Amino acid sequence: MAIIKTVDLTYTYSEGTPFEKTAVNKVNIEIEEGELVGIIGHTGSGKSTLIQHLNGLIKPTSGKVIIDGEDIWDKNVKLRDIRFKVGLVFQYPEYQIFEETVYKDIAFGPKNMALDEKEIDKMVRETAALVGITDDMLRKSPFELSGGQKRRVAIAGVMAMRPKVLILDEPTAGLDPKGREVILSQIKKYHEETKSTVLLVSHSMEDVARFASKILVMNKSEVFCYDTPPAVFARAEEIASIGLSVPQITKVFGLLRSKGIDIRGDVYTVEFAMKTINEYLASHGKGGGDHA
Amino acid sequence: MLKDITIGQYFPGNSLLHTMDARFKIIVTAIFIVMIFAADSFSALLPPLIFFILAFALSGLPVKLIARSMKPIIPVLVFTSVLNVFFVDGKALVSIFGINITDEGLIISGMMVLRLIALICGSSLLTYTTSPIILTDAIEKMLKPLSKIGFPAHELAMMMTIALRFIPTLIEETDKIMSAQKARGAELDSGTLVQRAKALVPILIPLFVSSFRRAEELALAMECRCYHGGEGRTKLREPVSGGKDYAALGVTLLFLCAVLLINMGKVVI
Amino acid sequence: MDNIIKADNISFYYSDIQDEDKPAENKIQIFDGLSLEIAKGSFTVILGHNGCGKSTLAKHMNAILLPCGGKMYAAGIDTADEERIFEIREHIGMVFQNPDNQIVASVVEEDAAFALENMGVPPEEMRQRVDDALKAVGMYEYREHSPSQLSGGQKQRVAIAGIIAMQPDCIVLDEPTAMLDPVGRREVMKTVKRLNREKGVTIVLITHYMDEAAQAERVVVMDGGRIILDDTPCEVFSHVDRLREVGLDVPQSTQLMYIMKQNGYKSADTHIINEEECADLLYDILTKGEQK
Repeated sequence: MAIIKTVDLTYTYSEGTPFEKTAVNKVNIEIEEGELVGIIGHTGSGKSTLIQHLNGLIKPTSGKVIIDGEDIWDKNVKLRDIRFKVGLVFQYPEYQIFEETVYKDIAFGPKNMALDEKEIDKMVRETAALVGITDDMLRKSPFELSGGQKRRVAIAGVMAMRPKVLILDEPTAGLDPKGREVILSQIKKYHEETKSTVLLVSHSMEDVARFASKILVMNKSEVFCYDTPPAVFARAEEIASIGLSVPQITKVFGLLRSKGIDIRGDVYTVEFAMKTINEYLASHGKGGGDHA
Repeated sequence: MLKDITIGQYFPGNSLLHTMDARFKIIVTAIFIVMIFAADSFSALLPPLIFFILAFALSGLPVKLIARSMKPIIPVLVFTSVLNVFFVDGKALVSIFGINITDEGLIISGMMVLRLIALICGSSLLTYTTSPIILTDAIEKMLKPLSKIGFPAHELAMMMTIALRFIPTLIEETDKIMSAQKARGAELDSGTLVQRAKALVPILIPLFVSSFRRAEELALAMECRCYHGGEGRTKLREPVSGGKDYAALGVTLLFLCAVLLINMGKVVI
Repeated sequence: MDNIIKADNISFYYSDIQDEDKPAENKIQIFDGLSLEIAKGSFTVILGHNGCGKSTLAKHMNAILLPCGGKMYAAGIDTADEERIFEIREHIGMVFQNPDNQIVASVVEEDAAFALENMGVPPEEMRQRVDDALKAVGMYEYREHSPSQLSGGQKQRVAIAGIIAMQPDCIVLDEPTAMLDPVGRREVMKTVKRLNREKGVTIVLITHYMDEAAQAERVVVMDGGRIILDDTPCEVFSHVDRLREVGLDVPQSTQLMYIMKQNGYKSADTHIINEEECADLLYDILTKGEQK
């Protein structure tokens, strides 16, 4: 059974005014439990509106959101329970930190879940360790930390609620390459250790290509495609035509194909590129066979 | 909810009212307010009423805007009129549970309601037809003579400009922080008063922190653009007054005279 | 005068003691003995991870910060000369990271005029310069809009217009694209490059995005307050190991070349930084069959 399912999900802003705009149009997706989904799309493609529907922050104009088999807008479903089930980390989450200590801030979510002290403590410490926050840091004021550290504290605050689904809206925005790498690998680690479903909104095709097990591409309020990375990058030209940037390496192979070389076009990582070149040379008897 | 408030909003246009010098518009509005409070009878309220209808017609704005700007003050209107109806002495018309409703009470509360409506409509018309920046510039220019005696005219105007610039940004930010805390299970719209007040902490603290950060960064950006107070500053748009501004002022003064004459009983309508 | 900016053996540290009479106990050294010259009309990128001292260096360029030791010259003026601080700022404009926090007025053209108003430029001349500046960044049609209606990239272009209106010789941009989406980043980079090419404005761009650095004439790489590499983008990116050590990325084309070299492809060239050159070289290898 899919953990997340939407049925003809539609949302229209400022309905009935001149500013009316359909942000999400008849979206039908089914996301299986345990996937790490990369969500890609332009600003204004509807991806932010879509994810805010998944934990009930926005009520759809029409259509349904089904989480773990329950219609979240059903009268018998408590929205607050849905919010604990589907954790949402907003963009620049460090700006919502407010407690005196890092520990208390991470504990805010678990406390709202009315867990007992012992459980809260366990959750906070486990999550802190997962994102590389030391015991020493837990006692500090979050405002003393560096930007990258604050970001990790904020993300830990949502992870500590152990949601079945964790959604992160551009968790690496504004960070340098090292900071991006650290956060992405921690998210990956969280995904593997908790076996939960993770949705990662990103502008970087390269990051998504490396980490995600499935990619959801949004365009003009609709789902453009939802598939595995190789299947998505096989449509690299179409993706470029809707104005999304594909990884540089994918472009290189596109150029090679346009030069008349019969080589695969769905290459999206450097390692994959190397393998493809070796295979090509081997099959064309031009040496390099020992690299394959 | 915040976006429903129309008071202070600006509706761009090219009407006579839109193109008038803002300084004159402020003066005319002030005289209009004097008119409605100087008028001591229903008939004396007629000239300001006619004046407002004329001005509104010239603005080219839709009539339903008046209704929209009245909406938020309806409770105030009801409250003041009820107070006046019951608590003004005079000849009793009806008596309910020992409280008299008097003819004078009715007249005074009627006048009061009319005055309040006129006050809101008049000042709304000023902001509807004048962009906040031009209004700020006009206020700065009018207060400038006072800066000789140490009145911080430029500083006040600068603060207003920045406040206007950051209101939409802060509303958006508040919205975002609220959503983020709700996503962590914060309950904002239920519970007792104390609980609700406590629930505001996770919203107010981040909002303060970010406002201070914004202020710091903005100050730096202003310094990089050579900001050093009001001294020696020029303006992109200097307010200019022309014939129509003086004409408008003249007409307004005529209406004021009409009110005063009716008050003194020289003119009977 | 060939150099618009010259740092001569400058050092800078923060100390946590505000009392100037006492020697600072905890000095946080940002850089020590740093020298750098920026040629007039050039397009230089300063690349480095967060906290490497690049932003601190940028703030020295228009006298926001003064060096604790050594001399800093901007447009030939010693930045320590307090009398001429506004002169320096007219010559060296600065654009910051967060577009929201550097726009002062609630109408685009008013904001573009802000610096000129401060400088006491007469209204007629101001009108002309504001219009020219807005046209130069492609925001003229939006002159009567409120900044809150604009996208991040558009806001950042308005901020740049506010600087260009001063007609500076040099613009220092401190991570101007860090908070933007890919579309906004492209808009800003295009604008900056055009200003450099068509108006001869010297550009100093601080960034941690390697694809932006690849577009410059010169790349200065900083780490731990020191300049570790200073050369053309091709040369700089060929130091793949060195860059990775300091937490920076290289373009995927360069990465592929690097891996190919390790795999024994002799003609692989790590000076390649863009997809066209990469595809050309791969074409030769794949068609002619390459050897070791």
